[in-house]
Amino acid sequence: MNATAIAHQRNHRSSQRSAGSLTGTGHLFRFALRTDRVRIPVWALGIGGMVAYFGTVIPLAYPNQAALQTRASIMQDPSGALLTGPGYGINNYTFGAMVTNELLGMLAIAAALMSIFLVIRHTRAEEESGRAELVRAGVVGRRAPLAAALLTLLVANAAIGAALGAGLLSSDLVLADTLAVSAGMALVGLVFGGVAAVTAQLSEHARTASGMAGAALALAFLLRGVGDAQALGGSALSWFSPIAWAQQTRAFTDLRWWPLLLCVGLFAVLLVIAVLLIAHRDFGAGLVPARSGRGNASKSLIHPAGLLLRMERGSIIGWLIGLSIFALLTGSMGQGIVESFEAQPQLAAVFGQGAGGNVLRATLASFTAYFAMAVAVYAVVSVNRLRGEEADGRTGAILTTSVSRTRWLLSSLAVTVLGSTVMLLGIGLGLGVGAGISVADPGLAWEFALAGLVYLPLVMSFAGLAAVSYGVLSAGRWWVWVVLLASIIVGVYGPLLNLPEAVSNAEPFGLMPRAPAGELDPVPVAAAALIALLLTTAGVLSFRRRDLEAG
Amino acid sequence: MSATIEVRQLEKSFGSVRALDQLDLTLEPGEVHGFLGPNGSGKSTTIRILLGLLRADSGTARIFGRDPWDAVELHSRLAYVPGDVSLWPKITGGEAIDLLAGLRGGVDRTRRNQLLERFDLDPKKKTRSYSKGNRQKVALVAALASDVELLILDEPTSGLDPLMEREFQACIREVKAAGRTVLLSSHILAEVEALCDRVTIIRQGRTVQSGTLAELRHLRRTAVAVVSDGDATTVASIPGVHDVRSEEEKVHFTADDDALPAALAHLLPLGIRSLISTPPSLEELFLHQYGDGYTTSVVTGGRRAQ
Repeated sequence: MNATAIAHQRNHRSSQRSAGSLTGTGHLFRFALRTDRVRIPVWALGIGGMVAYFGTVIPLAYPNQAALQTRASIMQDPSGALLTGPGYGINNYTFGAMVTNELLGMLAIAAALMSIFLVIRHTRAEEESGRAELVRAGVVGRRAPLAAALLTLLVANAAIGAALGAGLLSSDLVLADTLAVSAGMALVGLVFGGVAAVTAQLSEHARTASGMAGAALALAFLLRGVGDAQALGGSALSWFSPIAWAQQTRAFTDLRWWPLLLCVGLFAVLLVIAVLLIAHRDFGAGLVPARSGRGNASKSLIHPAGLLLRMERGSIIGWLIGLSIFALLTGSMGQGIVESFEAQPQLAAVFGQGAGGNVLRATLASFTAYFAMAVAVYAVVSVNRLRGEEADGRTGAILTTSVSRTRWLLSSLAVTVLGSTVMLLGIGLGLGVGAGISVADPGLAWEFALAGLVYLPLVMSFAGLAAVSYGVLSAGRWWVWVVLLASIIVGVYGPLLNLPEAVSNAEPFGLMPRAPAGELDPVPVAAAALIALLLTTAGVLSFRRRDLEAG
Repeated sequence: MSATIEVRQLEKSFGSVRALDQLDLTLEPGEVHGFLGPNGSGKSTTIRILLGLLRADSGTARIFGRDPWDAVELHSRLAYVPGDVSLWPKITGGEAIDLLAGLRGGVDRTRRNQLLERFDLDPKKKTRSYSKGNRQKVALVAALASDVELLILDEPTSGLDPLMEREFQACIREVKAAGRTVLLSSHILAEVEALCDRVTIIRQGRTVQSGTLAELRHLRRTAVAVVSDGDATTVASIPGVHDVRSEEEKVHFTADDDALPAALAHLLPLGIRSLISTPPSLEELFLHQYGDGYTTSVVTGGRRAQ
């Protein structure tokens, strides 16, 4: 055989090999689309619908330029920039500029979360569950599952991008800038899908992989926030964040496209890294090796609450850190809030505060309510974990020991109470310390330290709802989320929504006393505690009556 | 002494699927009882009712003389090993053993450590890295190291290799010697034959046979292969002898247990050069029960986790 023939053969082989590593991608892609056939349209409709809704409502809430300029002045404040965007176009604020500054950041985070979940779900989670082993044993190449996940990622982000575009166009916005905003959101989604594709190779476990990608997202959010707070239009720090790249197109103010190229470039780099990493690991293995642990259980593990706390510990700490940092940053805006409210009393009305009184305390108390909503989300998620435990047969294993169903459910709720309590304390302390530093009044830290606890009974009422849905099980859990999300939306956007008064007044977070700003009315708190107790009892009773799903 | 487990006319349906249909099962104290049936015949469903995880539609189930539903205090007297063991992530195998045994009321540490050695299990590994066999060993060690009167084992060896399977059998013999009771659900017949005093065979949620291995053998014929100087095929004339056929110089037949003396008496004068008599294996018993017109109606074994 001569050299050319050998070379030819080698080429042939290598081309066969590279094609081989992607074999089966088409099948897996179609299958992934099928499994996500509800999820993707729901994300798209949610995003498109929300934007179209804001397009209708904001002209009502800000009917003239003066009102819009009031809104824009939030952006001039560093603290406003921290939570929203770089603040282009605030001298002549429009709905479009509002979209780029205030909505796009949040939409990009939503797209990023969707993408992280999507990629991990189709890669590492499949591998960890063992399903991928079955698939890979078929005529399926090493890289095919990742390739299929990334194709699905493209479809999903194209879908939410198109939905956002449609929503914006329905509000009579310019086509080119609309395209830039939609593409920006979708590209941030792609970038974080790429991050997840890398973290999926690093850890053996889907949750750890999601956690790492989520931490990258949180970092991107912080970099953009702090960077934008430093200077109007963003500082050098902003440019380290992909979220900033989307907002730096200056859409609806002075459009430029090139920042989006950064997203495309980063996505390509992440893809290359993921593909290289796949080649360096075994199926099912991660690149970060698992450590060995202790051979005997400590006493604290050997009761249901101890076990549950151990399972939940990481997630509680994560929530606690995240919420405390947010609270600290929010609190540190204190001085800015006081100043802008003093300068423009109408701004105070936007935050639902009357002029006069102690503006700072009242505003911080409102923020406490917003943070308590996040804790309620944690509480529901925490109770819902029981379903997974049961479906996997672990609850059955516990219930065949001397642990009763009542004790199991109450132990779980006790862990939820503990988690919620430390989070509410962290929030109060964060807000108080942040504000205390900003206005040089250390006393605020003590004043607010316990303020969050006012919401504990309410948070536990939502946990109780989740417990009822777990106890009945066949009734599903969607209705718990409907109740919670409705409360949150009415609570946060209430002033913008022009809702009937009866609806606004029924929003439970608003019913709680605004500690420590107002007078501490014990009646709503006691009522919430009573409701939490009743729901918990109902949950326990229904759980005791039903068959266990597996075990 | 009253029965450790007593199940009468037990019925349970999942939606329109009837999982148990008048099932009976009795365990006397101190016996190792085999619970045999094909997949989906209702073994796991029965066990889950006995553990209080599912509620029976009708019939009675008694464990230590009490209704298992809402009688969690009984659980300190028993240990359960499921066929498909799922363990908590984030903890090690050793911790999982201590947890399961500890929640039952305590663990015998010396015994636990002996068992870890016998089953060759590293307790310091995180449970996520365990194979199916190792997860099963965790549940087995936790059950065997618990000081309990009753072990309920649902296909406990389905993930073990033959070496570990032998270790498991040795453990069960020790448990029996210590006077404890075992309910062993299985479709590994050799295991049941090696370990069990009595057997209950179920099919489509109904008990089809129950008794000691000797009693059940009674129902089956002994297989005989004989090489003789004279013509052994004439044994066919003895009542109770069946399936006579010759293969080269060997003659095979089967005989009902009560026909065996007459058959042997007939063969003796023919000048026997070799005779092999095989007692019916449980395999044959099983096929006898399920062989003819056996139709599967598979329910998902008490809804096992996927």
